[in-house]
Amino acid sequence: MNKVRIATTWLDGCSGCHMSFLDIDQRLADLADKIEIVYSPLVDALKIPDGIDVTFVEGAVSSEDDVRKVRLLRERSKLLIALGDCAVTGNVSAMRNSFGVQEVLDRVYNEETAGEKVMPTVGVPRLKTHACPVHSYVNVDAFLPGCPPPSDAIYYLISELLEGRIPDMVGKSRFGA
Amino acid sequence: MNPSANLPPRQATVNDALSRILTFKINDRDVSARDGETILSVASRYNIKIPTLCHLDGLSPYGGCRICVVELKQSGKLVPACITCPQEGAEILTHSQRVVESRKKILELIFSERNHVCAVCVSNGHCELQQLATDLGLTHIHYAYRYPHLAVDASHHRFVLDPNRCVLCLRCVRVCAEIEGAHTWDVMGRGISSQIIADLNQPWGSSPTCTSCGKCVQVCPTGALSEKGKSVAEMVKNQEFLPYLQEMRDKKHY
Repeated sequence: MNKVRIATTWLDGCSGCHMSFLDIDQRLADLADKIEIVYSPLVDALKIPDGIDVTFVEGAVSSEDDVRKVRLLRERSKLLIALGDCAVTGNVSAMRNSFGVQEVLDRVYNEETAGEKVMPTVGVPRLKTHACPVHSYVNVDAFLPGCPPPSDAIYYLISELLEGRIPDMVGKSRFGA
Repeated sequence: MNPSANLPPRQATVNDALSRILTFKINDRDVSARDGETILSVASRYNIKIPTLCHLDGLSPYGGCRICVVELKQSGKLVPACITCPQEGAEILTHSQRVVESRKKILELIFSERNHVCAVCVSNGHCELQQLATDLGLTHIHYAYRYPHLAVDASHHRFVLDPNRCVLCLRCVRVCAEIEGAHTWDVMGRGISSQIIADLNQPWGSSPTCTSCGKCVQVCPTGALSEKGKSVAEMVKNQEFLPYLQEMRDKKHY
């Protein structure tokens, strides 16, 4: 049997949703027989490959690089799942939105910096005006809220997807859980 | 403003022996009510659960949030159950597809209006807005968020107002005016830019009318009003005082 090709990424998030994914614990061993992780911060692959079956996106879309990544992943994936509150609602990542990019950068790199005040401009992606939920940029097939979503909910979602069903996640997790 | 003006009485007139008895249907079930009783109150008596947000037993009905909308089968109209009295022979649907979809849309609009960040909120896990999202099966918000820039007022020595989390249910305004009798809170602006203000739009801590009783904090459904010093998920509200106070007053115990 061909293994299901899974990709994961974290955009503007804290990696907590990936940690919750790893909290599936020993059940990961069962999953390993059925899935292949073809792109993820958890594996070595540097380039987003073709022919992804399911992509899990953690984090809000916050920079120009996030936009490029999420669009490419959407293009190359059959299903795309918004994993966790930042991907679903913007959550903590979006708390900067009511202040404006310049004010936020000034606060971080000027006002609150004790040493040399250097605003990074080279080698970092430009921030978008707002950090936004994933579905404001690309079509999302399923939403799993939670900060982070409980590992049981993640396991249930993956198990259902492997059975060829897009599950109803209502009651499995909630905003801020 | 006077929230109780031109609205049905605070308590339905169930004890009024002279009032007319109405018969009508809720979800194809025959029910009866006294004239002047609201749909919400009748439904509750028959154990039919209608979700609410701005409504709170013990305060005057307001009808502001529209979460409790129900469908009148004959006219096809959606009406708020908390301020609508049924008519004889009416057929009311509390969970038709149209009703459920409308409630979800209303809830999504409420989420999109302010900056609700459950993960870092004092009321996480104890919030009526968050619970409604779970109960109504909301997984995400279809509408674009507005991200308004709203300043937190921490000038009061015991409490904090965070308008980012406010849903404009006006429970605080009503409890302060109707139960405490201070009327410190009121509403400034119109529509989507409405805001809760203390007295003449001044820092809460400088309010000469606020008695620091904390009733507004306890009735607030979200983390918009909270006690100082509470961290994430620590703010548990206690609303039991309200029916108790109301009963004591109605029976003129004091």
